[in-house]
Amino acid sequence: MTNAEGADEKRVLDDAGRMQRFVDRFMSAVPHLQALGIGYVASGSNWAELQMPYAPQLVAYPDSGVIASGAIFSLMDSAAGFSVFVTMGRFEPHATLDLRCDYLRPATPGETVFGRAECYKMTRRVAFVRGIAHDGDPEHPIANVAGTFMLTGSA
Amino acid sequence: MSGGGGAMPPYAQMLGLVREGRRLSMPFGPHLIGSPGRLHGGSVAGLMEIAANLAVREAVRDAGDDADAMLKPVNVTVDYLREGAMEDTHAEAFIMRVGRRVANVRVEAWQGDRGRLIAAARLNLLIVRDSAEPQPPPAARSR
Repeated sequence: MTNAEGADEKRVLDDAGRMQRFVDRFMSAVPHLQALGIGYVASGSNWAELQMPYAPQLVAYPDSGVIASGAIFSLMDSAAGFSVFVTMGRFEPHATLDLRCDYLRPATPGETVFGRAECYKMTRRVAFVRGIAHDGDPEHPIANVAGTFMLTGSA
Repeated sequence: MSGGGGAMPPYAQMLGLVREGRRLSMPFGPHLIGSPGRLHGGSVAGLMEIAANLAVREAVRDAGDDADAMLKPVNVTVDYLREGAMEDTHAEAFIMRVGRRVANVRVEAWQGDRGRLIAAARLNLLIVRDSAEPQPPPAARSR
C-alpha cells in the first residue's frame, strides 16, 4: 500500500470500462461475497480495496453487536486475492496457500469495514500479499494480514 | 461464542453451522462458494474459528472457572491444503494449552475423508475473566 496511489497504471486495467467488467466478473463469481455483502471500492496496479457494510448476519457477539472475526478474514482473503488478480492483470486461477490475520481490535458496531491488500511480490508460482482492515481510519486498523497465494494456472 | 453458549450467533447461523459431538459441521450451501465449484477460503476459516472458540469455551467451563469468561481472537493462521469441494465440511479443534489469559488452539478441517484435510489453522485466543486478576485499563483508543 505504500506505493499504491503513485503506482503506474498498466495493461488492461487503465481503461475504466474494462476495469468495471473485470470487477463485475470477479464479484458476481463469488457467492460468499454476496452472502457477506462484500463489494468493490477501488484498486490500483498491485492493490485492491473491498468493503463490507455492517449487517446483522455478520454479528458474532449479539450483546455488543461486534461482528465475527471470520467475516473480516473472508474480507481480507478476498481483498488479497483481488490484489493478486490486478497485479497479474488477468483472471488467472490462484489459491490461498496460507493467510495470517492479527485482530488488533474489535470492529466498531454499525461501521463499514474496509479491507485493503497489496500484492508486494510476485514470482512465477507464488504471490505474496499483505493488508489491513479498518472501519474508517486506516491509521487505526482493525486487523493486519499477511499471506501467500499459489498461481495454479501457470505452466 | 458469546454468552453461555447454546444458540449459535448470527454469523455462525449464516454459515449454517451445526454441532455434531466434538465436531462442528458446515453443510454445503451455495452461499459458501468462492470461485466456481469451490468453497470460499473465508467460509472454511469462519468454520475453524468458531470450532476453536467453542472448544476453548468448553475447556474453560470444564475447568470450573469463569463460565462467563469472554474470548477474544488475537490471531489466526490458516493453511489451505486442498480445494474445498462443494460438499459438507467438518472441523475439529485441539487445544494445545489453556492458560489464565491465553488459549492456543489447532484446528483441522476436512470433507468426506477424515484423514484428508482441506485446511488447518492455528489460533490464539485471549481469555478475559471478569472475576480474576484486575484488568488492565481499557484500551486508550476505544473510539
